[in-house]
Formats: sequence, structure tokens, C-alpha cells
Amino acid sequence: MDASVSFQARRPLITVTPHGLYCEPGGFHIDPWHPVERALITHAHGDHARSGHQRYLGTRAGEGLLRRRVGADSHIDSLEYGEPLKLNDVTVSFHPAGHVLGSAQLRVEHRGEVWVISGDYKRAADPTCAPFEVVRCHTFITEATFGLPIFRWDDTREVAEDILRWWDANRAVGRAAVLFCYALGKAQRVLAELARLTDRPAFVHGAMQSLVEVYRDAGVKMIPTHLVSEVAKGTSFAGALVLAPPSAGGSTWMRRFGEAETGFASGWMRVRGNRRRRGFDRGFVLSDHADWPDLLRTVADTGAERVLTTHGSAEPLARYLREQGVDASPLATQFEGEAED
Amino acid sequence: MRRLADLYERLDQTTSTNAKVDALTRYFQEAPPEDAAWALYFLTGQKLKRLLTTKLLVGWTQELTHIPDWLFAEVYASVGDLAEVISLLLDNLERPSTPEELPLSQWLTERLLPLRVLDATAQRERVVSWWRSMPRREVFLLNKMLTGELRVGVSSTLVVRALAKVAGLPAPDVAHRLMGTWTPSKEFFQQLVSPEVSDAEHSRPYPFYLASPLEQPPEALGDLSEWLVEWKWDGIRGQLLHRKGDVYLWSRGEELITDRFPEITEAAKALPEGVVLDGEVLAYEDGQPLPFARLQRRIGRQKLTPKVLAEAPAAFIAYDLLEQDGQDLRALPLRERRERLAALLKHHPTFPLSPAVEASSWEALAHTRSEARERNVEGFMLKRLSSPYLTGRKRGDWWKWKIDPFTVDAVLLYAHPGHGRRSSLYTDYTFAVWNGTDLLPVTKAYSGLTDEEISRLDRWIRAHTREKFGPVRSVEPEQVFELHFEGIQKSPRHKSGVALRFPRIARWRTDKKPQDADSLDSLKELLHAGA
Ligand SMILES: [Zn+2]
Ligand SMILES: [Zn+2]
Repeated sequence: MDASVSFQARRPLITVTPHGLYCEPGGFHIDPWHPVERALITHAHGDHARSGHQRYLGTRAGEGLLRRRVGADSHIDSLEYGEPLKLNDVTVSFHPAGHVLGSAQLRVEHRGEVWVISGDYKRAADPTCAPFEVVRCHTFITEATFGLPIFRWDDTREVAEDILRWWDANRAVGRAAVLFCYALGKAQRVLAELARLTDRPAFVHGAMQSLVEVYRDAGVKMIPTHLVSEVAKGTSFAGALVLAPPSAGGSTWMRRFGEAETGFASGWMRVRGNRRRRGFDRGFVLSDHADWPDLLRTVADTGAERVLTTHGSAEPLARYLREQGVDASPLATQFEGEAED
Repeated sequence: MRRLADLYERLDQTTSTNAKVDALTRYFQEAPPEDAAWALYFLTGQKLKRLLTTKLLVGWTQELTHIPDWLFAEVYASVGDLAEVISLLLDNLERPSTPEELPLSQWLTERLLPLRVLDATAQRERVVSWWRSMPRREVFLLNKMLTGELRVGVSSTLVVRALAKVAGLPAPDVAHRLMGTWTPSKEFFQQLVSPEVSDAEHSRPYPFYLASPLEQPPEALGDLSEWLVEWKWDGIRGQLLHRKGDVYLWSRGEELITDRFPEITEAAKALPEGVVLDGEVLAYEDGQPLPFARLQRRIGRQKLTPKVLAEAPAAFIAYDLLEQDGQDLRALPLRERRERLAALLKHHPTFPLSPAVEASSWEALAHTRSEARERNVEGFMLKRLSSPYLTGRKRGDWWKWKIDPFTVDAVLLYAHPGHGRRSSLYTDYTFAVWNGTDLLPVTKAYSGLTDEEISRLDRWIRAHTREKFGPVRSVEPEQVFELHFEGIQKSPRHKSGVALRFPRIARWRTDKKPQDADSLDSLKELLHAGA
């Protein structure tokens, strides 16, 4: 990128307003948290895709999930990855973020100035979505959910093998293995990673099944799934792997599994205390967000001369980047990242 | 070290007690005895004296990872465990694909213990080279050993159960062998799990039988005539042994306190050999117990001058006879043990028999109980006359019926400055109880200590601060306090899930270790008791 061009003196292309990130010349909001006229949506997670906007614009790959999230009769337009669209004199395009199915970064160009809003992203390979694409820009708004140097992910395949070993060990003693994970994204990624290792079926919680079907429709190969609630009353879950959202933990819903071991698949499981506080037997460190080294690498890859940080560790990441000579500052948003529940 | 890391992981990854016992059993069977001895050392809550300051470890980590101070502090705040922070940060180091493996005992004797005599440069060189050669989970354990903080989340009952399985002995026998002081060695471990009895065992006390707090109306215990009622003396529970010409006085905390009470241990030489008494060490004068504070003053003294001895003369009040003529009497009913004890002490009046409290009914007894405070006792002990002397806190046969409705032993975790004239002192405290292997804050309390104790505690707090959060300090979890409170309620607003009513500090339990503090579960039992 041409570093000699400085846009710093101008009014920022994107600002934080009470409704969310706003691009004034383009007349649109990005992942807004209150109802607006025109919302550009990076992905279908609850803290990014809210209902009540008049018009939505997202990716074609993410349209099914977005519709499910914000209501079937919402006005939703879609773009292919990389397909440009002019809004006033601003050009926008979506680029893969590698976070969940259909997730995107948003590129916004106005009179030669380029901003990229990362949404949520990861760099690790994921069989359920298109891989992250580096997009060069002047200003990069990056998430910082895991923006501390203790967060560093192991190879996904090793984690999947760990999960399978844990399932097998429980199977050997006739116990159910209940794995908690987010219903959108993580569950399907686990099912897809396991499909490389086994073709045994797993059980899923009701909140997950329809999302699993959206992924299947998109051509993602996963192990077979049965709905927990469709099993005849009194059926034993001994030896079964059950996927459920964290909110099902400790509920009466859990009783049917008898003496089960519990696990949680999340980046937060990197820290032992997080697992013990929540009372899980096992923690599997598996995240759909970039770890510390990948956050730093991505910032460098974009060539951005200015970096704005959002989500959890926005402050420390920005401060660290500043100390490395990058013009970086935190942006106050209402994005939550991989919340602990 | 790898085997210990496996064990640690297995214990950490299950909440099932059977799975824990299985993991321990397998470990004790497979590990070489010299390694098993060291593992046992850590499993039973013993600690190495800190080998290095944490400051050095933090500094070396920052040098290796280029993490600035503020970021290290940020990370520490989010993890809360220094050994873990370091192992997570060092995860970016290149490591050999087949890490070197050294047995645990060699780690301790050849590497860790010798660190103490090295200078900082040599220490750095060694520790850093170990960090570079070990997998993350072993780096974590190593750091815990270096900082003297290695705790494994498993109760001693489970450890004893596993050892008993390995040895093919009854659990109480193994528990007995584990009492007292021992050094982690091959010989010790082999003897521990061997079916034969050795001479070294004659200094060992029996595991104490502990009473449970009475939570139901005493009438529920049935006929009063089935019970022995004694005052609950407020002193140091102990066992007095006279075997093979030697006298040993053990506290309930498994501390040998023979030298602290010369008047008792001298007198014990007059007892026949092969005798073990269970009783209470009390400050005692003219046939009357003195307040616990008098005894405590004496415990605090380094030197036992004649003046100190005269100020707080001590006596051993006997409850029970556990051994006579070298025979273990614990299986006999209490009724018979008491008869033998009374007959024995008739000839040894320096050892008063804890008297039985007579009453015609539970109701009459409840009336007598109100005299407890004037007598410097804490209430009643209720012991079933047909009961054997059991091990640990087995519910059913021994109850403590205290005057104070509720007490809890808790560990000091945070200190807050006081108000007004006390604002320069740390006078308000946050206390924690065990929740698994973690200390969970349960209540704040501020009243109850004397001015002298407050200033002593204030000095201790300043010297043992871990972290400062504005005016609040977190301290090393070492000091145990007995708190009294009037009631307990469920409280979703508190992290512990319970709230105590009118908590206050009853006393500073310098005689207790943090692992003796109560657990959240035992507090929650009071909830169900309708407190
Ligand atoms: Zn997301
Ligand atoms: Zn997000």
C-alpha cells in the first residue's frame, strides 16, 4: 500500500456511533447493535447479527444462517466473496474471515482510502468455511477476543484426536461424553473434524440440529447426527458423544445421560482455572478466533498503517502494537467474541 | 516427571473419586518407590521450601518472551496462577521432539534441591535449560515445585485408600504409617506399603477420630444413657505416647509438640510403657482450665522460660485410651476403653480424666450447656458408648454440640485497610474456604482480634503480600482463622453461593495449616441443616 498517502487528517471513514460502526459516506452501519436502515453483516453470531434492521447485506455463503438468526421475512441481499458493490461513492466487498460458515471481513473503499473490518476471524484451517484471505488496507479494525500472549492454539487435528480419545475412553466404561460448544460454528467444526477420524454418529441438542443441517446443505462433510430429544424415553446414552450448547449444562436436560463426563471446547479452556471454575471434567482448546501470534501476523499482513481493536482484549493488544511502532488504539464496541457461556 | 504429569492430569480431569483412587493406585504400583515417595510427599500436601523467588522466575520468562511488565501483569490477572502463566507464555519456545525424561526423585535430589546453594546466574542457566527441554504440562509442574506451591487436588483419604490397595493392608494401618514426620525416600515408601511392621513405627500416633458438628436436635440421637457426654475443652487436641521408654506428644495437625510441653511429657514417663492416650492439652491451674488465650500466648513463644511456664501451666486431660500394654484397643467399645482409662489414671493423678457430664435427660443437658462459657469450654462432646475409635471424621458416633451455633475455619485471602484511626492498619479481611483445590472467598470479617493481634497480623500481611489491587492486598494463603457466625443463607450474589450472617473472628488459629480449613461443601451442609 502506498504509505505516502495519509488520510489521517480527514474525518475517519468509519466511526463508532450509539448504533454501532458507521460509514457516513456510504450511508450504512456494520454489525450494528440497534435497529438501522442499512446493516452490513460480517457473520451470523448474535453479537454481530441482530434483528430489526430494515435492510441487510451479507455474504451468499452466510445467507441461510443470517436468515435463521434475524427472521425469515427480513430484507436480505447477498454478495459473493470478492464481489464489489457501490453504495454512494463507497465500494464494499466481503472477503472470507475463516471464522464460521459464510463469515466475512468487510472491505470499504472511499476515494482511494481502504478500511477492512475483520468481524471475527481465525487463520487456522477449518473444513466448514472458506479460509481467511489477507486484504491489504490503510486501516484495519481487528477483533481481539484472545489478544493476550497466553493464547496460542495447538493444531486442530491434535485437538480432534484428543476429543475422539476422550469419547473412546468414556465408551470403554459405558459412560456418555457430553461436549459443550457453541451451537453455531464450533459444533459443526467438531463434527467435521471428527469425520476425518470416524464415522460413528453423535447426538446433538435441539438448538444445534437445524444449524447442522444448514452446514450439510452447504456441502460440509460431518459425522452423522441424531437429535437427543428424538430418542425413545429410557434409551441409554452409554458410550455416546453428545454435543450441547453451554447453557444446557447443569440443567435438567442433562439428567437423561446418567453418569456422564463433561467437556467444553473453547479457546478459554487454555486456562485451567476457567475449566475448573465451570466444573468441566475436560477442556479442549479449540477456538474460532485468532490466537495471539495470528493477531500479530494478520496486522502485519494487512500492511495497515492504523489498527483499531475491538472485543475482549482490545486495550492490551492496542498497547502492545503501539509499543511495536504501530498506530493502534482500542475502539469501544459491544462485540463479545467467544463469551464464556 | 512424565509419570507425575500423567497422574496430575488424570486427577485433574475427573470429579469421580473412584477414578481418582484408580489413577493413584496405578501410579503407586508402577512408579519406582523412590519416585512414589516424592509424589506422596506432594500428594499429602507437604511443600518444599521455596527454592527461588517468583520475581526471578518472572524476570527470566520476560527475557525469553519479550513480554513487557504491564503485559505480564495483565496476563497474570487473567490467569491467576504464576506457574501456569509462565508455562503458557513459554509455549512459544522451540522444544525437542523427544523431550528428555528424568525420574521424579532425581529431579528433586539432583536438580531442584541443589538449586538453593547456587547463585542467580547459575540458577537461571539451569532453569531456562529445563524450560526449553520439557513439554508444557511438565513446565507447569516444575514451576509449581520451584515456587513451593505444588498442590494436587485430592484428599488424603483417597491417597490412603490407594496405598492400602497397593499394600493389601487395611486403610487405617496405612493412615497410621503416614502419621508424623517422614522423609521421602525409597526405604520409606517400601516400608509404607510392606506387610511387615517395623521398629520405626513406635513414634507414630494413631489417626485421630474427629467429631462432626451436631446438626439435628440431640433427641434424635436416641437414649441419653447410650452416650458419654463430656465438656468440649478448648485447647490442643493431642495424643500422648509412651512406648519403649520414649514419650511423644502429637497434635491433631500431626505436629510433634513433645518439647513444647515439658511438664506433660516428663510426667508421662511415669505412665506404664505401651500406652497411648487421646486427650487435650490445656492451660490448667488449680484443677481448672484457663482460657485458650493463655495457652496460645505460650505457643507463640520461642523460648520456654520458667516465667512462661508459670504463666500458662499446661495439663493433658485424657479422653480415651487407644493402646495399653502395646495392644491396639481402638476396636473395643468406648465404654470399656473408658473403664480401663479410669483405672489407669487412678494411679496417675497428674493426668486428669475428662469428666463425664451427668444429666437426667437431653433437656436437662441443654440447660447445663448454657454454663459452658463460664467453664471456658466450647460446649459438649457426645460419644456413643458402644463406638470403636474410628479414623477421621466419620459421622454417627461422635458429635460436637457447641455453644456457638456455627463456626468455620477459613483462610485469610485479602486484607483491606481499616477506617478512621485504624486506616493505617489492615483490619478488614476476606476469608476463603476450600472448593476442591481452590480457595473460594466466602465472607469478610473484621471484629474479634485484639489490638496486639491486629498489629502482628498487619506486619505479617505486609511481609506476605502477593498482589496489590488499589488499597486491597492479596496475601499468601497461610493464616487460618476460626470464624463464628449466626446463620447461613443461599446467596446467588456471592461467588460461593452462600452468605454468612454476622461473621466475626473468634481466634487466630496459628496451630492450624491452610489445608485444615473447612470446605465449601461442609458450609453448604449447614444450609440443609436448616441454619
Ligand atoms: Zn463470531
Ligand atoms: Zn464477535
